[in-house]
Amino acid sequence: MTHETQHEAAEERQSLWLLVLSPSIWAAHFLASYAAAAVWCGAVEDRTSGVDTMRIGIVISGAAALACIGFIGRIGWRKFKLAGGEPPFDKDTAEDRHRFLGAATVLLSALSAVAIVYVCLSLLFVRNCL
Amino acid sequence: MVGRNGTDGQTVNKDTHPLAEAPSPEVLRAQEARLEEAWKPPTGWRYWSEVNNSIVGIWYTALVLFYLLFGGVLALLMRIQLAVPGNTFLNPNLYAQVFTLHGSVMMFLFAIPIFEAVSILFLPQIMGARELPFPRLSAFGFWAFLIGGMFLCGSIFFNVAPSGGWFMYPPLTSRYQPGVGADMWLLGFSFIEVSAIAAAVELIVGVLKCRPPGMRIHLIPLYAWYVLVAGGMVLFAFPPLISGSLLLELERAFDWPFFDATRGGDPLLWQHLFWLFGHPEVYIIFLPSVALVAMIVPTFARTPIAGYKWIVLSAIGTGFLSFGLWVHHMFTTGLPGITLALFSAASQAVAIPTGVQLFCFIATVYVGRLRPSIPMLYVAGGLATFVIGGLTGVMVAVASFNFQAHDTHFVVAHLHSVLIGGTIFPVIAGTYYFFPLLNGKLLSEKLGRIAFWLLFCGFNITFLPMHFTGLRGMARRVYTYPAGMGLEQLNLVSSIGAFILAAGFGVLMWDILRPKGKGSDSPRNPWDAGSLEWLQEMPGKSWGVRSIPEIDSRYPLWDQPNFVRDVDEGRFFMPDAEEGKREMLVTSIIDAKPQQCLRVPGPSFITLISAIFLGGVFIFPTFKMYWSMAVSGVIALGCILYWLWQGSGVIPEKDTKFIGHGVTVPLYVSGPSSVGWWAMMITMLADITAFVSLLFGYFFYWTLHKDFPPASIAGPGVAWPVIGLLASLGSWALTILARRWNRDEKPTAFYAGMGLAVLLAVFGGYALIAGPQIAAMDPKVHVYTALVWLLAIWAVLHIAAGIVMQLYCVARRYAGRMTGKYDIDISNVTLYWHFVTITVAATVAVIAGFPLLR
Repeated sequence: MTHETQHEAAEERQSLWLLVLSPSIWAAHFLASYAAAAVWCGAVEDRTSGVDTMRIGIVISGAAALACIGFIGRIGWRKFKLAGGEPPFDKDTAEDRHRFLGAATVLLSALSAVAIVYVCLSLLFVRNCL
Repeated sequence: MVGRNGTDGQTVNKDTHPLAEAPSPEVLRAQEARLEEAWKPPTGWRYWSEVNNSIVGIWYTALVLFYLLFGGVLALLMRIQLAVPGNTFLNPNLYAQVFTLHGSVMMFLFAIPIFEAVSILFLPQIMGARELPFPRLSAFGFWAFLIGGMFLCGSIFFNVAPSGGWFMYPPLTSRYQPGVGADMWLLGFSFIEVSAIAAAVELIVGVLKCRPPGMRIHLIPLYAWYVLVAGGMVLFAFPPLISGSLLLELERAFDWPFFDATRGGDPLLWQHLFWLFGHPEVYIIFLPSVALVAMIVPTFARTPIAGYKWIVLSAIGTGFLSFGLWVHHMFTTGLPGITLALFSAASQAVAIPTGVQLFCFIATVYVGRLRPSIPMLYVAGGLATFVIGGLTGVMVAVASFNFQAHDTHFVVAHLHSVLIGGTIFPVIAGTYYFFPLLNGKLLSEKLGRIAFWLLFCGFNITFLPMHFTGLRGMARRVYTYPAGMGLEQLNLVSSIGAFILAAGFGVLMWDILRPKGKGSDSPRNPWDAGSLEWLQEMPGKSWGVRSIPEIDSRYPLWDQPNFVRDVDEGRFFMPDAEEGKREMLVTSIIDAKPQQCLRVPGPSFITLISAIFLGGVFIFPTFKMYWSMAVSGVIALGCILYWLWQGSGVIPEKDTKFIGHGVTVPLYVSGPSSVGWWAMMITMLADITAFVSLLFGYFFYWTLHKDFPPASIAGPGVAWPVIGLLASLGSWALTILARRWNRDEKPTAFYAGMGLAVLLAVFGGYALIAGPQIAAMDPKVHVYTALVWLLAIWAVLHIAAGIVMQLYCVARRYAGRMTGKYDIDISNVTLYWHFVTITVAATVAVIAGFPLLR
């Protein structure tokens, strides 16, 4: 183990927050989409004006969310690819723990990305508030 | 990983190895005698003051199974009524009570608490710990659960049970059911939800902070991962329901019109808040049951679980996505098409993580050498049943299909497949698997097999026909159906099936309760499992584990040589109880490095007494006895303060303790390394979620009404709320300063600062009330006035609790129970005040700021 990887994997530099960041971005985007739909289809005067703008807004913000998730996934991927080591990475070492946290971050980012794509797809097909 | 490399100051991997030699037999016996003395359960009537997880867990589990049987009997009554068309066995009113209580009991008194009961019982053993960090909180949760549950179940014998369905939709429950039934539901379940949140706090802190050394985050048993996720979900799912129940009870008791459309309210808000709880709740029930499967499958496949990180992914992923599904229970309420599409998309997405874990189990069985057994039989039956429920779930998640099937028996069939397949079968599998840990007895294989086939066939005979009756248009929750719709035979079959199912439960109960003779007939680790709980001797000792092991693997009993011997001979950490106290090890979150030797409190009746009086706070208002409620509340507060005063933050006789293997850890820790800080943090996350649910109500009405806040009604103005906010901010800042003055041993500054903080808090609370008071806002006139009052009162109650805590710190310091060095009390109170400040600031921004935007 090199000095850098040892430093990289030290407990003080780790936290569980990275794991839940991507799903949290999904949650924030989902909540914002729900709120936007509630406002445009409810509070705004009638149920037709501006809906397309809202739909496009949700899709564009979805793309931005995907970019953020991609970035987090990349951080996870780098952790997972920490030099050396043999699968299945279940040894009692700081490096295997590091790889595990990285891999779990990647997987959760992928799931969050799929969930956001689902949301955006549904808005491409459903065009109005009715 | 324990120990440090002294040369370059870097932390390195240096595993602790068990002592090469066992201590002499005399030393071992002396150690065991001291451990035994410290953990000895009280005898006689004092037995009921015990707080040890291994005993409270048994009470808890037994009580949950009792409620399961009670709910099952109610189901049989319904099936008798529905066996033939036009039956008069139950009248419509009683039928409504029976189905409401059946659903409520099964959900709130069986399905959710079984996870907490089993976890309190086994989680410490699964993690090689002696206890959970707050044993008295577990005991308190149990007593609250007993009192609240009996109160609710008892109601049907007086013909006053709730009858609005287990989801209690207004306006039926707000305007058309004047009896006490709905009040009992709202208040009784709120009480039980408080106890559920208490248990969740206990379990989350347990998983994060009470693991054995070396059990890094990627080595923890999957059960613990699931408990962590499910506990986290409880924190965010239950508060919306508590807030919703508060709104509905305020409408029923004081005519505050939250759900009354004629005064600006809207019944749909209840549905949002209820299902914001209700859908995650399905997964709160399901995940811990899958957790049992994740413990059982590797044992019988004789191989480590396949795809550990994939299962962690599915647990966390499901935990998140399940909060984006609630509207799929509301597809028929006329919400905008776009909203339905969003929730339909999330409902499809959640199938991915749910499926992933099932494939991991199949893969584990595939790569291992499966040994057939009773627990695996139930696992297989459960998964098959669950998949059927999952597939009909995908059907009803499609909005257009949902419109057709809504409120029919198709939904009844779907939800029972999910819950019985996803929960009851895995729980029974867990019962057969874990039973030897209770008293050293194995359950009967023959009876287990008979019970399985009765349950499995009974289940399918009961619920398969309901898919067809539902599609033919049979509505749920209606006490009868007409002849000639093609429903007669299918219903009769269902009813027969229900009795076969009940017979299965009868056999199971007999197996559990039948006398099994003296002594133990189970060998140690009867299934040859690899996980830590099977360290236990048969029967188990009250101290839990003999010494706290160093963990190097996910399956230490398989992978670490001589592991059981080393634990038994005290060759690991903390093999003794030198001071005669109940002690456990607290470790760091990521890598489980030893951080503290935590002394946990022993037996006490204060938990029971506190639960009784806190129960009074929820039970008296059901009968409009508000003075009794107030008195009960004051006594409950006194009990809880007494409990904290003598049981928490105790200053130890020495600073540190040697726990073996060259490791010395502190006996007292405050701040983010301490379990108390985490408990406060987690509790307040739940609290703030409840508050956000109320704010959600405010904005929900805003999207509904073009005129909200109504121009015709005067609001609380800006001046008083802002003054209230400034005063609260002052109190908060002084509390932070007082923490520093306490740490710096400046008593005069500390007492003066705290005194001023209390005064500012009192003034701030008064100012927040003054806004709506001076504007003469009448909460009965309109939902707007009611909400402003509620938000202000909510903030003021939090300030009031903050004042009690500030005074508590002053008293602690004065009594010498808190010093600059031993400052956990003020450390946690400061954390609480951070949350109070957020609450007050958000309240003022909404009630004073939002009207300005219009």
